[in-house]
Amino acid sequence: MGLNVMNKVMSNKLYIAFYIAPAFILLMVLIFIPLLLSGYYGLMDWDGIGEKTFIGLDNYIEGIQDKLFWNSALHSFLLALFSALSLIIYLAVSIILASKIKGADLLRKIYLIPMLLSSVAIAQLWVKVYNPSNGILNSFLRTIGVENPPSWLADPSLVLFAIFVPILWQYAGFYILIYYAALKNIPESLIEAARIDGATPFQIAMRIKLPLIKEIVSVTIVLAIVGSLKYFDLIYVMTAGGPNGASEVMASYMYKLAFSSYNFGYGSAIGFLLLIITLIVTLIIRKVTETKEKLEY
Amino acid sequence: MKRVGYFFLYLALIVVALFQILPLIWLFLFSLKSNQEIFAGSPFSLPSEFRWENYQKVWDGGIGTYFLNSVWITIAAIIFTVLFASMAAFALTRMKWKLSGLVLGLFMIGLMIPIHSALIPLYSMFLSVDMIDNPWSIVITYTAYNLPITLMILLGFYYTLPHEVEEAAIIDGCSIHRMFFRIILPMTTPIMATTVVINMIYNWNEFVFVNTFISSEKYKTLTVGIQNFIGQYMTDWGAIGATLIISVFPIIIAFIFFSNKVVEGISSSAVKG
Repeated sequence: MGLNVMNKVMSNKLYIAFYIAPAFILLMVLIFIPLLLSGYYGLMDWDGIGEKTFIGLDNYIEGIQDKLFWNSALHSFLLALFSALSLIIYLAVSIILASKIKGADLLRKIYLIPMLLSSVAIAQLWVKVYNPSNGILNSFLRTIGVENPPSWLADPSLVLFAIFVPILWQYAGFYILIYYAALKNIPESLIEAARIDGATPFQIAMRIKLPLIKEIVSVTIVLAIVGSLKYFDLIYVMTAGGPNGASEVMASYMYKLAFSSYNFGYGSAIGFLLLIITLIVTLIIRKVTETKEKLEY
Repeated sequence: MKRVGYFFLYLALIVVALFQILPLIWLFLFSLKSNQEIFAGSPFSLPSEFRWENYQKVWDGGIGTYFLNSVWITIAAIIFTVLFASMAAFALTRMKWKLSGLVLGLFMIGLMIPIHSALIPLYSMFLSVDMIDNPWSIVITYTAYNLPITLMILLGFYYTLPHEVEEAAIIDGCSIHRMFFRIILPMTTPIMATTVVINMIYNWNEFVFVNTFISSEKYKTLTVGIQNFIGQYMTDWGAIGATLIISVFPIIIAFIFFSNKVVEGISSSAVKG
């Protein structure tokens, strides 16, 4: 009888609505509806304030033919590639860190500190690091005898790499933390058995540890690549996409179209393309990592 | 031989640690120096005289307003997010209804959304209800966008709560609201603490919504406010350093006291994506 009362209370529609409604309404109104509207506004010629004029797929066609957009997409994908490759470094550091190192706990917390800071503060700090005359980097280069060190953020051929270093710095602790936790979950007995069989630490890392944390590695690949496609704050503050578009990324290009040129219709179309590209890339990576798992198990 | 190997492993780890920490130490040191000393002296030398007046100068210059805005907006959004996400977690894990799977799926999709795609429509929505340049637009936006990740972190814990507690409470004639707010919610304190810390970091550091929706100085938060500040003190490195240190200070303090919660929260936010 008690359970009956319980079931009755727990399936009361009014109560359910009361508990789920606040979160659900916010999710719909502030996340899903704007996303759909973005696709819809993309069909309009609109300056954000005046009347919207329906122009069909013109904005999307313009976007697909827009060299500046593809230029920014190329930069986003390059950053995504760098981020994915940097996972190898993080993984190597994590494997060392998880191999019975004293002070590992303290070290991984130190690694995590940059991750806690705002991208704006990180950007401002690294603008100072790269300052051509007084930055710590060029001071150091001059001390070791480099006479004309580059002016990093003002150099179109270097700016993307220069921006990538703070990204590496910001996220290192995050990925190391994730890998470290996964590695610590591997049963010690497995590693001990391999060691007794005469496996070298390198073999143990490659043949036992890596395959066992493959799932988490594929999650981090998605995070790194999709995360990179969305970069904005850091780049907006460090270079605003400059010099001359050399560090423009998809999100910063969209932002400029909407909030500097007041081209809301076209900006929305670019924003919607960004959404679609992100979803497609996520699905592709998920698919690729999935098939691999099926093949090897 | 083994000892030599370990030496190199430690060396590698310490080099990484130095790379992570040296830029921040450099920042702290130059926040206490004069320009002369920064440009002429060695980067990691201690200041000849600790110029705390750099901090005094930027605080008097008005950074306090941005700081207080960051504080109240961060706290308000945390309260709404954690409360609404807890209620949703309760409805999704303990109550019986047909659409719960679908609703959970929608929250999961909410985790993967690039916020920039929603930015222009959000701006025009707030404009149409006259909430542009109103700090509450920021609070509700933060609440909405942090709900999915907060819910994901909470769900695991809610699944493990024993059903006997609710049964006993209901049979004793306790109302469902009393049961949730007085019994269930207090039981989830440890996991709520984790979500609070994670939300604090996200809200404190958020930039693009404030930069887009807020134009009055009096409503700006630190991330956007320090942009103006730094423009204003273009050549005064000490003042810029002090501004940046003030802006990251609360997060660093939270990390020192709650580092385990931060580690736990950040690890569980890996489901994001």
